[in-house]
This record gives sequence, C-alpha cells and structure tokens, in this order.
Amino acid sequence: MSAERVRVVRAWEWARPERAARREVLSALPPLEQAKPPLLFVPGFGHGAWAFAEHWLEHAASRGFPAYAVSLRGHGGSEPAPDATLRSYTHDVVQVAAGLPRQAVLVGHGAGARVVAHALARYPARAAVLVAPVLGDWATFGTALRRNPLGTLPAVLGAGLRLNRRQLFSRELPDADARRYAARLGRASRRAQWQLLSGPGPEPAVGRPPVLVLGSPDDRVVPPAALTRAARRYASAPLLFPGMGHDLMLDARWREPVDAILDWLEKDPAPAAG
Amino acid sequence: MPSSTDLGRPDPDSAVALTRDGRPVSDRGDTVCVIGAGASGLTAVKNLREHGFGVDCYERETGVGGAWNWRHDRSPVYASTHLISSRPFTQFPDFPMPDDWPDYPHHAQLLSYFERYADHFDLRQHVWFGTEVVRVEPVEGDRWDVTTRSTGGYGPERTSRYAAVVLANGHNWSPKLPRYEGLEQFRGEVMHASSYKDPAQLRGKRVLVVGAGNTGCDIAVEAAQQASRCWHSTRRGYWYAPKYVFGRPADQVNDTLLALRVPLRVRQWLYHWTLRLTVGDLTRFGLPKPDHRVYETHPIANSQLVYYVGHGEITPVPDVARFHDRTVELTDGREIDPELVVFATGYLPRFEFLGGGVLGDEEGTGRPRLWLNAFAAGHPTLAVVGLVQPDSGIFPIAHWQSVLFARLLELRTSRPERAGAFARRVAAGLGERYSGKVKDSTRHWFEVGHADYLRALQRALYELEGK
Repeated sequence: MSAERVRVVRAWEWARPERAARREVLSALPPLEQAKPPLLFVPGFGHGAWAFAEHWLEHAASRGFPAYAVSLRGHGGSEPAPDATLRSYTHDVVQVAAGLPRQAVLVGHGAGARVVAHALARYPARAAVLVAPVLGDWATFGTALRRNPLGTLPAVLGAGLRLNRRQLFSRELPDADARRYAARLGRASRRAQWQLLSGPGPEPAVGRPPVLVLGSPDDRVVPPAALTRAARRYASAPLLFPGMGHDLMLDARWREPVDAILDWLEKDPAPAAG
Repeated sequence: MPSSTDLGRPDPDSAVALTRDGRPVSDRGDTVCVIGAGASGLTAVKNLREHGFGVDCYERETGVGGAWNWRHDRSPVYASTHLISSRPFTQFPDFPMPDDWPDYPHHAQLLSYFERYADHFDLRQHVWFGTEVVRVEPVEGDRWDVTTRSTGGYGPERTSRYAAVVLANGHNWSPKLPRYEGLEQFRGEVMHASSYKDPAQLRGKRVLVVGAGNTGCDIAVEAAQQASRCWHSTRRGYWYAPKYVFGRPADQVNDTLLALRVPLRVRQWLYHWTLRLTVGDLTRFGLPKPDHRVYETHPIANSQLVYYVGHGEITPVPDVARFHDRTVELTDGREIDPELVVFATGYLPRFEFLGGGVLGDEEGTGRPRLWLNAFAAGHPTLAVVGLVQPDSGIFPIAHWQSVLFARLLELRTSRPERAGAFARRVAAGLGERYSGKVKDSTRHWFEVGHADYLRALQRALYELEGK
C-alpha cells in the first residue's frame, strides 16, 4: 500500500493548501533542558491529546524529554472539523512538529500511526514510534468487525467508529477508569475513516528516521499479524507487551511501553538504511 | 547523530598536502563545503547532514538568511518586501511555514522562518560565520581546495581540501546597471534598487523608476503613495497579474490548471481571458500592449500598480533614451525632470572565487552552462544550488537540488556506475531550458517554470536511484 517513491511535484498540495485550524497541544516539559529530542504524541481516531496527558507526557518529561501531544482537528480541544481528511490530520501533525524548537520524534497510536506514517513523508522526524498501529488494511477491519460488529458496521456507513472498553483496555484497569476514558472518546470524520481503508498509502519517509513498532499480542483491535506486518515494513520486529489492551498509554501497566520507547531513544538509534 | 568529521575548525596543523603554489592545505576528508548560509545554503547543509555527510559552511555575514536578512549589507530587501509566490510554493517541502501566516508573508517573517529552520535542524554548528571564500580550485581526484579568510580581508588565508563543494552564494546581490548616454552629467540623484530600503527615501520627490520587475513595480507603487510625482519606465508592455484571482492566490489557481495537466496554449488563453475580465485593457491606461504571451517573461504579480496608474499617481513612460543634466529624454521624444532615478534593473550572478571555465562559461559572459541549473560538466563533485529564477518559490527547488546532490555523492561510493551515468547525463544536457519560450535577456538566464523544472529534477532523482 505504500507508494514507492517520494513525490517532488505536488501540484494538488500546492494548489489546494490545507485550511488552518485551531489545534490543542498539551505539553509537559522537563525542569532542565537536557538536549533530548522533543516527543510529539499523535492520538488515534476518537482520542485526543488528553489520552497522553493522563500518564505519558509527565513520565517522558520526568525522564528529561520535552513531551507534547496534539489533538487532531475534530478531536479533543481542537477545532471541530467534520470534513477532515487524512491529509488534514497529517497537516496538523506536520504543522505542530515543525513548530517545535527542535527536530521531533513522532509517536503515533492506533490510526494516529497511519497519520504519522503520512507525516513522515512531509517532515524529516528524528525518529518515529508506532504504538499499536492501525495502518488500515482490510485484515484489521475484519478483526474489528468480528470483535465489535455493532461498533464497527455503522462506521462503514459513515457513523462514528465505536470501540468498547474491552477492546481498548485490559481487565487490570479499574472499571471506573475504563468507563471514564471510554466516555471521553470522540470520533474521526467520515472521510478520514473511509480513507483509512481505501485511501492512498503513505509515501516513503524523508530523512530516513529509525522506526520502532510496539503493541500488545492481546490487543483486541490490532491483531499480532498486523503488528508484525507493520514492523516488517520498517525492517524491524515489533516490541510486545502481553496482557495489555489497545490503549497502551491508558492501561494499568502504562509505564512499561513508554519506558521502552524512551530507552530506545536514549540509545540513539541509527538512521534507517536508504 | 554525530559523525567524526562534523566538528572542529579546519586545523592548519594537520596539513598533509600542498596547493599547486605550495601553500599548506588541511585535508577535511569526506566533508563537503557549502558556500553561503542563505536559504539555499541552509537547505544544502541540512540535506547533506541528513545523508550522513560532514559539512563546513562558510558565510561572509554574521547571521543566516542571506538575501532575506535585512541586516546584511548585500541584502536587496526593502521595508515592504513581501513574497511574490504564495506560501505553499515558497516553503521548504519538509518544513512548512505556520498555516496561520498570511498567504504572502513579509520578509521579516521569512527571516524568522530561516532562523527557525537553522535552529530546528541544529545547523548553526556547521556554519563558520564572518568567513568569506576567496578561491575555489579543483584538484585531482575530483576534490576541491577552498581558501577562506575573515570577511573584509582581515587575518590570514587558510586553505582546506574538501570532497565536494556546493555553491549557494546567491544571485541577487551584484546589481546590474544599464549604460545610458549622459548618465554621468545627470545632476539628480541616481540609485540602484539594491540601495532602496524605505519609502522615506522617496517622500516628496519627483521619482523615475526604471524597470518592470517585481521590485520595480513595488517601488513604483510606493513612489505613487509617497513621492510628489512618479514616472515608471518600461522597455515593453507586460502582463500585470493580480496577486488574487477568484478570491484565491493567483499561483494556486494557476497550479490547479497545472495539476489538471492543461496544455500551455490553453493556459495562456485562459490567463489572457481572466486578465481581460478582471484587470481589463491596459492600453486604456496608457500602458503599452504586451508584445509577448503570458509565461514568456518572468511573471509580475502586483495588484496595486494598475490601481495607481488608474488614479494618476503613476505615469507610465517608455524606455529612457538619454540623460541630460536636469532632464531625462525618453524614446518617444518626451522630456521629464525627475529628482531621483531608481534603477530596478536586476542583478547578475557572480562567482568571483571560481575560474570561469569551471562552470562552463568559457567566453566570460558571466553565464554558467549547467544541467538542471545546478551541475557542471567534468566536475561531478560540484553543485550550484538556488541559481534559478522560477515563476514560483525558489526554496523548494533549492531543497530538491541539494537532495539530488547528496544522493549523487552517496552513490559515488556505493554505486559508481550510476554516478557515471549521471555525469554523462550532465554533459549531454548542458544548457537545457525548463520553461516555455522566453524573451532573450539576462533577466531570463535562469528562468524556469517551476512545474517543468521540478518534473525534470524528479526524473533525474528517479533515474539516479534506479527506480
């Protein structure tokens, strides 16, 4: 699904630039500047920047990484955007990334990973991390349909994709928390949902960022095979956290995956071969 | 991610070689030298670093931004300079300008954009500020001896040997002044547009502006607002395109047609038709009828010029015939009496540190003979970045030129046969044009259509990578 070559002539993008939108960006900064790259967290469909503000932002900052999270337009505290496309979401991510003081690491969760994959072709990230990536193949769709037919089927017809608590969180997470998070979920635009399945794949990344893929084998949204496929596209193997749900940043054991990401970044991974 | 060659000033103690005339050379190994830290130089540094090369960039000024930094003594910007092409055409393709900026940002915004680009990608550590390049000489093994000294000629010269050189010294800083009979005896004030900075210089004066480039038109408009009288002298009639048509930036409307692959003739016809409907018949205002079709000269985007002509604040006049001591005689025999003459007659490229033969300019006309306006025959490790005059933004072109050059340098070691094929392509394609027919003048030496040019560059990139 990924296009082979980077496009130089982008007549449509020049002729029809994306509209500006008010975007919510939450951040947590370390008390002392430590020359570590800033992280930009990109939530998946239905989630907003709040999902990372819950635990991960503060934790990354406590380990010396300036951490930011953006709400894609139409999500969280960003401007409503019922007609947004995947390109609008990509634009949001690239705009926020380019506005950070230094070259950023992009971390995408769920369908946000697909948005990050597109953004990597328009911004030379220092590195990229795809967390439980929904890159949008039909197999993922099949899984969702099997596990949660009532939430998934209406999405095909243009309603919001609804994920239930049991898909998103493990049983370790207290029920009250799970309910609270699930109540905050919004929805992505109809066009973006449809493009996730049928839209053109991302162009190759510019600037050869190293890419880390991680997820959970017990994720009830992204099947393990999809994780492996996603990792193989970036010539690596996925890092697995058994026993966790799809929303690794909100689940009971949220600390393990974010520590793994920060450890990987501290090792200063080499650029991808190009 | 640091590499072994990226830090440290060239160190004369490590000299292992000598130049042809016996001066010591410090060998910088695989490091690439970039000349200039303006827009083109910065993107060259960034893209070479991204491909893993060590870079030494020399900049004669003390800041980044080149022509767009108004503090620089060679900067041609004036207080009211705004972009001519709208944001999407002007920004670097991998570092967009903020989307809440106006369609046509001000030059101060451009400077802050380049400063942010330099900081974001941590480029300043590779730039030696206040250092000018005196000589660039090819040596055996396709390597280069670059001799530098402190700007202004102070201090000793030092020579370093580099694996490759990127020339990004700009082409809008050496004024082109036309010769006119009697100009020496003219008693009024005469200036080139490069020294025009502020409309206060025009206030209350009788001003003649020569030249209908985008700068000439801008200055004529400011003279209309500030001066007591303004004449605007042009060699021929031009198409004055408004900056907005149908409520959108004109270049975005134009590229909608390009994206639909509408042929040039049809686009010209549509353009003429749109201008006739919106701007109207320019000869009614006393402007000469254009002697060419649109796209055959560098486009002029100025919505205000025709407006001020219509308000009688600008008097369009033909070319200057000769100067007398207090008056200027025009080619139609009229005489006018300006106190101040502003020559907005453009700039010429200058590579004073380089032997003319290197860029294929054997006759010394000053016009390099290059392929893709960037590559010289016989010098596979040399590239000129940003030597284009596009009908659109220049920075995306400079970005892709430097990406192409970085890939080429990489393939010289990993796939030498591909680099060889590229060298043959350069030799075969010298002097290729990337625009429709244009009027022959130094103004159009580097004129390229942005779509044609970037398509050619994209083809070169794909061929080089074997995709």
